[in-house]
Amino acid sequence: MAKNKTIFHGERGSIVGFFATGLPLVAVVIVLLFIVVIVGNFIITGSGYLSWEFLTDSPRNMNTEGGIFPAIYGTVLLVLIMTLAAVPVGTITALYLTEYAKRTSIFARVIRFAVNTLAGIPSIVFGLFGLGFFIQTVGSQIDAARYSAKMDDLRTVLAVSSSPLVAGKQATINDIKVFLQNNEFDWEAQLRELDAYPEGTVAAVNTDRVVEYLSGKKELEWGKPSLIWAALTLALLTLPVVIVSVEEALRTVPREIREASLALGATRWETIWRIVLPNCVPGILTGSILAVSRGAGEVAPILFTGAVYSLQELPSSLSDQFMHLGYHLYILATQSPDVDATRPLQYATTLVLLGLTLALNLTAIMLRSRLRKRKMV
Amino acid sequence: MQSEQPEPSNQPRPASDAEDQPVAARLVAAQHPPLTQKKRRIGERLIELGIYSVSATSIIFIFLIFLFVFREASPIFFGGADGGKKDTAVATAPATGPTTPPIISNTTADDTAELESEQYNPEAEALPTPQPTASNPPPATPQDDAERARKIVGEGYPILEHESPVNVSYLAYDNWQPNSEHPRYGIYPIIVGTLKTTIVAMLFAVPLAILAAMYTAFFAPKWIRETLKPAIELLAGIPSVVLGFFCLMTVASVVQTLFGLDFRLNSIVGGIGLGLAVIPIVYTICDDALRAVPGSLREASLAVGASEWQTAYRVMLPAATPGIFAAILLGIGRAFGETMIALMATGNAGTFSWSFTEPVRTFAATIGAEMGEVVFGSPHYQVLFFLGVLLFIFSFIINFITEFYVKERLIKKFRGA
Repeated sequence: MAKNKTIFHGERGSIVGFFATGLPLVAVVIVLLFIVVIVGNFIITGSGYLSWEFLTDSPRNMNTEGGIFPAIYGTVLLVLIMTLAAVPVGTITALYLTEYAKRTSIFARVIRFAVNTLAGIPSIVFGLFGLGFFIQTVGSQIDAARYSAKMDDLRTVLAVSSSPLVAGKQATINDIKVFLQNNEFDWEAQLRELDAYPEGTVAAVNTDRVVEYLSGKKELEWGKPSLIWAALTLALLTLPVVIVSVEEALRTVPREIREASLALGATRWETIWRIVLPNCVPGILTGSILAVSRGAGEVAPILFTGAVYSLQELPSSLSDQFMHLGYHLYILATQSPDVDATRPLQYATTLVLLGLTLALNLTAIMLRSRLRKRKMV
Repeated sequence: MQSEQPEPSNQPRPASDAEDQPVAARLVAAQHPPLTQKKRRIGERLIELGIYSVSATSIIFIFLIFLFVFREASPIFFGGADGGKKDTAVATAPATGPTTPPIISNTTADDTAELESEQYNPEAEALPTPQPTASNPPPATPQDDAERARKIVGEGYPILEHESPVNVSYLAYDNWQPNSEHPRYGIYPIIVGTLKTTIVAMLFAVPLAILAAMYTAFFAPKWIRETLKPAIELLAGIPSVVLGFFCLMTVASVVQTLFGLDFRLNSIVGGIGLGLAVIPIVYTICDDALRAVPGSLREASLAVGASEWQTAYRVMLPAATPGIFAAILLGIGRAFGETMIALMATGNAGTFSWSFTEPVRTFAATIGAEMGEVVFGSPHYQVLFFLGVLLFIFSFIINFITEFYVKERLIKKFRGA
């Protein structure tokens, strides 16, 4: 195996043989050339526009000026949450497949088939799923549950006679505002609306109408595109990456170590927890890095599960929307009001995104090659 | 490796364990306690159960993906039974905006008049109607989407008051014009567009990838192979949106000047972009397949007097056919479903044409471009989900073939023949 020789080498004296051995080399050179042109092009053009301000500023003036800090922040936050979801599930699945499943187990075969299928599903379908399942179903259910609870509580509060909003009473705008401010419900939108009325307006209050009105103003919190749903969608997309890497790492742990541990009386889980897992930490790390790199570059699944092209403030909760480097680039390159004016921004954004994903990829490749060398020993 | 493994076994066995075993076992256990006694721990059992259930996640989600993508598209198949319900919900939504009756009713006629005049005067700042753009970021609620759709295409937009529910016959048109006054969801141009870009992508990527795989598997010295493989796989690490941008800026210009085309973006540019995404997939699987061919085949071929390149092309390559077939299939799947490259580099024209030099539109790009703008539950929305269902089914079939047919043949070939 270790001999430094080719399996086949070129043949002299025959023209067909010359082309037959030369063509594969040409193909390799073409492919490498494409990589060099893509990466070199963006490094050379992009680095000219890159600056510290660009990395730390917010976009200004309809994304035509300023930096991309919110996009970097959003991307990092997104992949962090994604990793928290994908890595544990992926590691456990890999553990099952290598440590627990028998060779003939149908369950394991089905899991393998599912993982392969998951890896082959187009990323845009994940986006549709995120929209149809996470946002429209799970998120809406959470919102509905929260809201109906809120409405019930409101009715109880309104039923108390000391409230200024008892049916048949006359209440001023101020009374209503005070009521809305001084209970545990969040009536921000309603308060904003009431600000429009003149101070001394007097209103006749009807409990049913109040409840009806307030419930008509249902505020979506979870049933809309947001950080958590985008991250979970991406986690699903990167799950196969994690599973495959961790599985590969688990297989490099020698059988003998496992058998020695079992022979000494450790249970299966004790063996996994104390012997196998500590030995494949680099593999889990490789899987996470590959998943992060894949997740940071994917745009299609987050197109309609949470990414936006401009933000007033950085996302602070899981239900906020976020900016994303790849989405930002897509918007700048195709939907910007003045596409040509933002070329520098596009190139610089591309360079940042490319640098991020390639650096992660190289780290993973290095980690993995070290892992493979250990297997040989 | 580590010297700490004996530690768990040092723990004393709990004595109660022996009591619930059969007598014979207990007798044996008395003679050789540590070897025959099986540890029974509830914790261990629970952990195993947890691992089993978590590892079922991928299976569950495959089902959920199919279920939920299909559910949103289902009115197309079943005559819009619940489509009508959704539509009415959407139709009433915009009305709650400016004209919502306030909770208070004014006591004096003056006030009422003043309020109303303000309410229906768009210039007035005093009574702000709820502003979807100010309070929420743009793509937030169905109401906002309805508002936006109205703003984009004007008040006469029929998306809120269509009577006939969508069905499959809506798709049988030659043009894709979802936003016109009489929306057409013709699926033919999209099928042909996807076909064209996929063909270009495969013609571009497959020869390059297979030849490159042959080089690294057969002709390259070991150290070159060890560096080349990660280098080519680095192409897979480039985000598709970056590849799309590269095609939009560089490849489009090169192709246009090279062939003197009218359109900058067309199926050739898109196909090259998709090909760049496909190369690493086809390359990796081909390389693995070629290297899995048993060395005995090569030795036999050389022994009967074939030259080395003849052996490589006529013995080794045919022997790896099922693997290469799988690689091409998975490559087609990727080219078919890739979104961002197609979205940025194909031009997205919704008209029917067989010409390779005209702008085209693919399944994935259509979904990606229009789903953000669409009204929830509208026919357009359902049709887009229907395209998603087609994509899902297609990728599922491809995976099914590679998983069962190709692998079986590969195993048979190397074991039997």
